[in-house]
Amino acid sequence: MLVEALALSAVLFTIGVIGVLTRRNAIIIFMCVELMLNAVNLSFVALSTLHGATGQVFVVFTMTVAAAEAAVGLAIIIAIFRHTQTVNLQNINILKG
Amino acid sequence: MQVNQFHSLFYAFTFYFFGLVAIASAIAFVTRKSPVAAAVWLVLVMFSLAALYVMLDAQFIGAIQVLVYTGAIMVVFLFVIMLLNLGNPSELADARGKWGYLAALLIGLVMLAEVMALTRSNTIDRMIPPDLAAKAAAAAAAPLAGGVIGPIAAPLFNEYLLAFELTSVLLLAAIVGAVVLSKRRTNAR
Repeated sequence: MLVEALALSAVLFTIGVIGVLTRRNAIIIFMCVELMLNAVNLSFVALSTLHGATGQVFVVFTMTVAAAEAAVGLAIIIAIFRHTQTVNLQNINILKG
Repeated sequence: MQVNQFHSLFYAFTFYFFGLVAIASAIAFVTRKSPVAAAVWLVLVMFSLAALYVMLDAQFIGAIQVLVYTGAIMVVFLFVIMLLNLGNPSELADARGKWGYLAALLIGLVMLAEVMALTRSNTIDRMIPPDLAAKAAAAAAAPLAGGVIGPIAAPLFNEYLLAFELTSVLLLAAIVGAVVLSKRRTNAR
Protein backbone atom coordinates (compact mmCIF):
# COMPACT_ATOMS: atom_id res chain seq x y z
CA MET A 1 0.00 0.00 0.00
CA LEU A 2 3.08 2.26 0.14
CA VAL A 3 3.02 3.15 -3.57
CA GLU A 4 -0.72 3.80 -3.50
CA ALA A 5 -0.41 6.06 -0.47
CA LEU A 6 2.42 8.06 -2.05
CA ALA A 7 0.46 8.39 -5.30
CA LEU A 8 -2.61 9.56 -3.39
CA SER A 9 -0.44 12.06 -1.56
CA ALA A 10 0.93 13.39 -4.87
CA VAL A 11 -2.59 13.67 -6.35
CA LEU A 12 -3.88 15.56 -3.30
CA PHE A 13 -0.87 17.89 -3.42
CA THR A 14 -1.52 18.52 -7.12
CA ILE A 15 -5.17 19.35 -6.44
CA GLY A 16 -4.01 21.80 -3.76
CA VAL A 17 -1.57 23.48 -6.16
CA ILE A 18 -4.26 23.74 -8.85
CA GLY A 19 -6.61 25.30 -6.29
CA VAL A 20 -4.02 27.90 -5.28
CA LEU A 21 -3.38 28.76 -8.92
CA THR A 22 -7.00 28.96 -10.09
CA ARG A 23 -8.94 30.46 -7.19
CA ARG A 24 -9.07 34.08 -6.09
CA ASN A 25 -10.82 33.82 -2.76
CA ALA A 26 -8.10 34.22 -0.11
CA ILE A 27 -9.77 31.84 2.36
CA ILE A 28 -10.12 29.07 -0.24
CA ILE A 29 -6.47 29.52 -1.25
CA PHE A 30 -5.59 29.17 2.41
CA MET A 31 -7.59 25.96 2.67
CA CYS A 32 -5.75 24.67 -0.42
CA VAL A 33 -2.49 25.24 1.45
CA GLU A 34 -3.90 23.13 4.31
CA LEU A 35 -4.74 20.42 1.77
CA MET A 36 -1.13 20.43 0.57
CA LEU A 37 0.12 20.13 4.15
CA ASN A 38 -2.20 17.15 4.61
CA ALA A 39 -0.84 15.52 1.47
CA VAL A 40 2.72 15.85 2.77
CA ASN A 41 1.59 14.40 6.11
CA LEU A 42 0.19 11.39 4.28
CA SER A 43 3.53 10.69 2.61
CA PHE A 44 5.30 11.08 5.97
CA VAL A 45 2.99 8.50 7.53
CA ALA A 46 3.27 6.15 4.53
CA LEU A 47 7.06 6.23 4.66
CA SER A 48 7.02 5.78 8.43
CA THR A 49 5.74 2.23 7.88
CA LEU A 50 9.15 1.58 6.34
CA HIS A 51 11.51 3.76 8.35
CA GLY A 52 10.06 3.65 11.86
CA ALA A 53 7.94 6.09 13.83
CA THR A 54 10.17 9.15 13.32
CA GLY A 55 8.01 10.19 10.36
CA GLN A 56 5.00 10.35 12.66
CA VAL A 57 6.93 12.67 15.00
CA PHE A 58 7.41 15.01 12.05
CA VAL A 59 3.68 14.82 11.32
CA VAL A 60 3.04 16.07 14.87
CA PHE A 61 5.36 19.02 14.23
CA THR A 62 3.73 19.73 10.87
CA MET A 63 0.30 19.82 12.48
CA THR A 64 1.57 22.29 15.09
CA VAL A 65 2.99 24.55 12.40
CA ALA A 66 -0.24 24.24 10.40
CA ALA A 67 -2.29 25.30 13.43
CA ALA A 68 -0.04 28.30 14.08
CA GLU A 69 -0.11 29.19 10.39
CA ALA A 70 -3.90 28.98 10.27
CA ALA A 71 -4.25 31.29 13.30
CA VAL A 72 -1.87 33.95 11.98
CA GLY A 73 -3.03 33.70 8.36
CA LEU A 74 -6.71 34.02 9.25
CA ALA A 75 -5.88 37.01 11.46
CA ILE A 76 -4.12 38.61 8.48
CA ILE A 77 -7.17 37.87 6.29
CA ILE A 78 -9.43 39.51 8.90
CA ALA A 79 -7.15 42.58 9.01
CA ILE A 80 -7.13 42.81 5.19
CA PHE A 81 -10.91 42.44 5.10
CA ARG A 82 -11.28 45.30 7.58
CA HIS A 83 -9.08 47.44 5.34
CA THR A 84 -10.46 46.62 1.89
CA GLN A 85 -13.88 45.00 2.61
CA THR A 86 -13.00 42.04 0.35
CA VAL A 87 -11.03 38.79 0.33
CA ASN A 88 -10.89 38.59 -3.45
CA LEU A 89 -7.23 38.71 -4.36
CA GLN A 90 -7.98 40.58 -7.56
CA ASN A 91 -8.90 43.62 -5.51
CA ILE A 92 -5.87 43.31 -3.20
CA ASN A 93 -3.16 44.46 -5.60
CA ILE A 94 -1.35 47.24 -3.77
CA LEU A 95 1.99 45.51 -4.28
CA LYS A 96 1.40 44.96 -7.99
CA GLY A 97 4.29 46.47 -9.95
CA MET B 1 -4.18 -18.68 4.40
CA GLN B 2 -7.73 -18.18 3.13
CA VAL B 3 -8.54 -15.88 6.03
CA ASN B 4 -5.33 -13.95 5.46
CA GLN B 5 -6.14 -13.51 1.79
CA PHE B 6 -9.63 -12.28 2.59
CA HIS B 7 -8.17 -9.89 5.13
CA SER B 8 -5.74 -8.39 2.66
CA LEU B 9 -8.51 -8.06 0.05
CA PHE B 10 -10.70 -6.27 2.56
CA TYR B 11 -7.77 -4.05 3.53
CA ALA B 12 -7.11 -3.12 -0.10
CA PHE B 13 -10.79 -2.42 -0.72
CA THR B 14 -11.04 -0.12 2.29
CA PHE B 15 -7.79 1.61 1.39
CA TYR B 16 -8.89 2.31 -2.18
CA PHE B 17 -12.34 3.36 -0.97
CA PHE B 18 -11.00 6.02 1.39
CA GLY B 19 -8.40 7.09 -1.18
CA LEU B 20 -11.08 7.62 -3.83
CA VAL B 21 -13.29 9.46 -1.32
CA ALA B 22 -10.33 11.72 -0.52
CA ILE B 23 -9.60 12.50 -4.18
CA ALA B 24 -13.28 13.03 -5.09
CA SER B 25 -13.95 15.34 -2.17
CA ALA B 26 -10.70 17.24 -2.81
CA ILE B 27 -11.85 17.90 -6.38
CA ALA B 28 -15.26 18.94 -5.08
CA PHE B 29 -13.52 21.19 -2.54
CA VAL B 30 -11.48 23.01 -5.19
CA THR B 31 -14.43 23.51 -7.52
CA ARG B 32 -17.04 24.80 -5.03
CA LYS B 33 -17.88 28.49 -5.27
CA SER B 34 -19.21 28.88 -1.74
CA PRO B 35 -16.45 28.93 0.91
CA VAL B 36 -18.67 27.10 3.41
CA ALA B 37 -19.31 24.20 1.02
CA ALA B 38 -15.59 24.09 0.21
CA ALA B 39 -14.71 23.93 3.91
CA VAL B 40 -17.14 21.06 4.53
CA TRP B 41 -15.71 19.10 1.58
CA LEU B 42 -12.22 19.69 2.98
CA VAL B 43 -13.43 18.25 6.30
CA LEU B 44 -14.40 15.08 4.41
CA VAL B 45 -10.92 14.92 2.85
CA MET B 46 -9.36 15.14 6.29
CA PHE B 47 -11.65 12.45 7.72
CA SER B 48 -10.71 10.02 4.98
CA LEU B 49 -7.05 10.87 5.48
CA ALA B 50 -7.51 10.04 9.17
CA ALA B 51 -8.91 6.65 8.17
CA LEU B 52 -5.89 6.08 5.91
CA TYR B 53 -3.53 7.00 8.77
CA VAL B 54 -5.17 4.36 10.95
CA MET B 55 -4.81 1.82 8.15
CA LEU B 56 -1.12 2.71 7.82
CA ASP B 57 -0.52 1.81 11.50
CA ALA B 58 -0.46 5.41 12.68
CA GLN B 59 -3.46 5.34 15.03
CA PHE B 60 -2.30 8.26 17.15
CA ILE B 61 -1.80 10.46 14.08
CA GLY B 62 -5.28 9.51 12.88
CA ALA B 63 -6.76 10.56 16.22
CA ILE B 64 -5.01 13.93 16.30
CA GLN B 65 -5.85 14.44 12.64
CA VAL B 66 -9.52 14.33 13.59
CA LEU B 67 -9.01 16.40 16.76
CA VAL B 68 -6.65 19.09 15.44
CA TYR B 69 -7.48 19.41 11.76
CA THR B 70 -11.18 18.72 11.49
CA GLY B 71 -11.97 19.70 15.06
CA ALA B 72 -9.92 22.85 15.47
CA ILE B 73 -8.44 24.25 12.27
CA MET B 74 -11.50 23.81 10.06
CA VAL B 75 -13.77 25.21 12.78
CA VAL B 76 -11.53 28.29 12.88
CA PHE B 77 -11.87 28.60 9.09
CA LEU B 78 -15.67 28.35 9.32
CA PHE B 79 -15.69 30.92 12.13
CA VAL B 80 -13.72 33.37 9.99
CA ILE B 81 -16.07 32.79 7.03
CA MET B 82 -18.97 33.49 9.37
CA LEU B 83 -17.33 36.57 10.96
CA LEU B 84 -16.59 38.15 7.59
CA ASN B 85 -20.03 37.13 6.25
CA LEU B 86 -18.54 35.43 3.19
CA GLY B 87 -21.06 32.62 2.92
CA ASN B 88 -22.79 34.18 -0.08
CA PRO B 89 -21.10 32.74 -3.18
CA SER B 90 -22.60 35.14 -5.74
CA GLU B 91 -20.36 38.06 -4.78
CA LEU B 92 -17.28 35.87 -4.95
CA ALA B 93 -16.93 35.09 -8.63
CA ASP B 94 -13.44 33.89 -8.16
CA ALA B 95 -11.82 32.07 -11.01
CA ARG B 96 -8.60 33.43 -12.38
CA GLY B 97 -8.01 34.31 -16.01
CA LYS B 98 -6.70 31.99 -18.69
CA TRP B 99 -3.06 32.29 -17.58
CA GLY B 100 -3.91 30.95 -14.14
CA TYR B 101 -5.79 28.03 -15.68
CA LEU B 102 -2.94 27.41 -18.12
CA ALA B 103 -0.33 27.35 -15.37
CA ALA B 104 -2.54 25.08 -13.24
CA LEU B 105 -3.08 22.70 -16.15
CA LEU B 106 0.64 22.57 -16.90
CA ILE B 107 1.69 21.95 -13.30
CA GLY B 108 -1.08 19.41 -12.83
CA LEU B 109 -0.03 17.48 -15.94
CA VAL B 110 3.63 17.51 -14.92
CA MET B 111 2.84 16.24 -11.43
CA LEU B 112 0.48 13.56 -12.71
CA ALA B 113 3.14 12.43 -15.18
CA GLU B 114 5.53 12.11 -12.24
CA VAL B 115 3.00 9.97 -10.38
CA MET B 116 2.49 7.76 -13.42
CA ALA B 117 6.23 7.33 -13.95
CA LEU B 118 6.63 6.48 -10.27
CA THR B 119 3.91 3.82 -10.19
CA ARG B 120 4.56 2.34 -13.65
CA SER B 121 8.21 1.54 -13.15
CA ASN B 122 7.73 0.42 -9.54
CA THR B 123 10.69 2.62 -8.65
CA ILE B 124 9.66 2.68 -5.01
CA ASP B 125 9.70 -1.08 -4.67
CA ARG B 126 13.17 -1.25 -6.16
CA MET B 127 14.40 1.68 -4.06
CA ILE B 128 13.50 -0.07 -0.81
CA PRO B 129 16.52 -2.04 0.42
CA PRO B 130 15.48 -5.65 1.13
CA ASP B 131 16.92 -5.64 4.66
CA LEU B 132 14.93 -2.51 5.50
CA ALA B 133 11.71 -4.03 4.15
CA ALA B 134 12.33 -7.22 6.13
CA LYS B 135 12.99 -5.20 9.29
CA ALA B 136 9.82 -3.17 8.76
CA ALA B 137 7.76 -6.33 8.22
CA ALA B 138 9.20 -7.87 11.38
CA ALA B 139 8.48 -4.69 13.36
CA ALA B 140 4.92 -4.62 12.04
CA ALA B 141 4.38 -8.26 13.00
CA ALA B 142 5.80 -7.92 16.52
CA PRO B 143 3.60 -6.39 19.26
CA LEU B 144 4.64 -2.84 20.06
CA ALA B 145 6.55 -2.31 23.30
CA GLY B 146 4.99 0.99 24.34
CA GLY B 147 1.59 0.52 22.74
CA VAL B 148 0.62 2.83 19.90
CA ILE B 149 1.89 6.09 21.39
CA GLY B 150 5.18 4.84 22.81
CA PRO B 151 7.12 4.71 19.52
CA ILE B 152 6.09 8.32 18.79
CA ALA B 153 6.65 9.66 22.30
CA ALA B 154 10.15 8.21 22.71
CA PRO B 155 11.82 10.16 19.86
CA LEU B 156 9.63 13.19 20.50
CA PHE B 157 10.88 13.59 24.07
CA ASN B 158 14.47 12.38 23.57
CA GLU B 159 15.85 13.04 20.12
CA TYR B 160 13.61 15.98 19.20
CA LEU B 161 13.19 17.51 22.66
CA LEU B 162 14.68 20.85 21.60
CA ALA B 163 12.36 21.09 18.59
CA PHE B 164 9.44 20.14 20.82
CA GLU B 165 10.25 22.91 23.29
CA LEU B 166 10.77 25.44 20.49
CA THR B 167 7.29 24.53 19.23
CA SER B 168 5.85 26.14 22.36
CA VAL B 169 7.62 29.41 21.48
CA LEU B 170 6.18 29.15 17.96
CA LEU B 171 2.68 28.64 19.31
CA LEU B 172 3.06 31.57 21.72
CA ALA B 173 4.24 33.81 18.88
CA ALA B 174 1.28 32.65 16.76
CA ILE B 175 -1.20 33.42 19.55
CA VAL B 176 0.24 36.89 20.17
CA GLY B 177 0.42 37.58 16.43
CA ALA B 178 -3.18 36.50 15.83
CA VAL B 179 -4.47 38.66 18.70
CA VAL B 180 -2.46 41.71 17.61
CA LEU B 181 -3.38 41.38 13.94
CA SER B 182 -7.10 40.86 14.43
CA LYS B 183 -7.49 43.47 17.16
CA ARG B 184 -9.80 46.27 16.17
CA ARG B 185 -7.85 49.51 15.97
CA THR B 186 -9.32 52.41 17.89
CA ASN B 187 -8.90 55.98 16.75
CA ALA B 188 -7.83 57.16 20.18
CA ARG B 189 -4.15 56.37 19.87
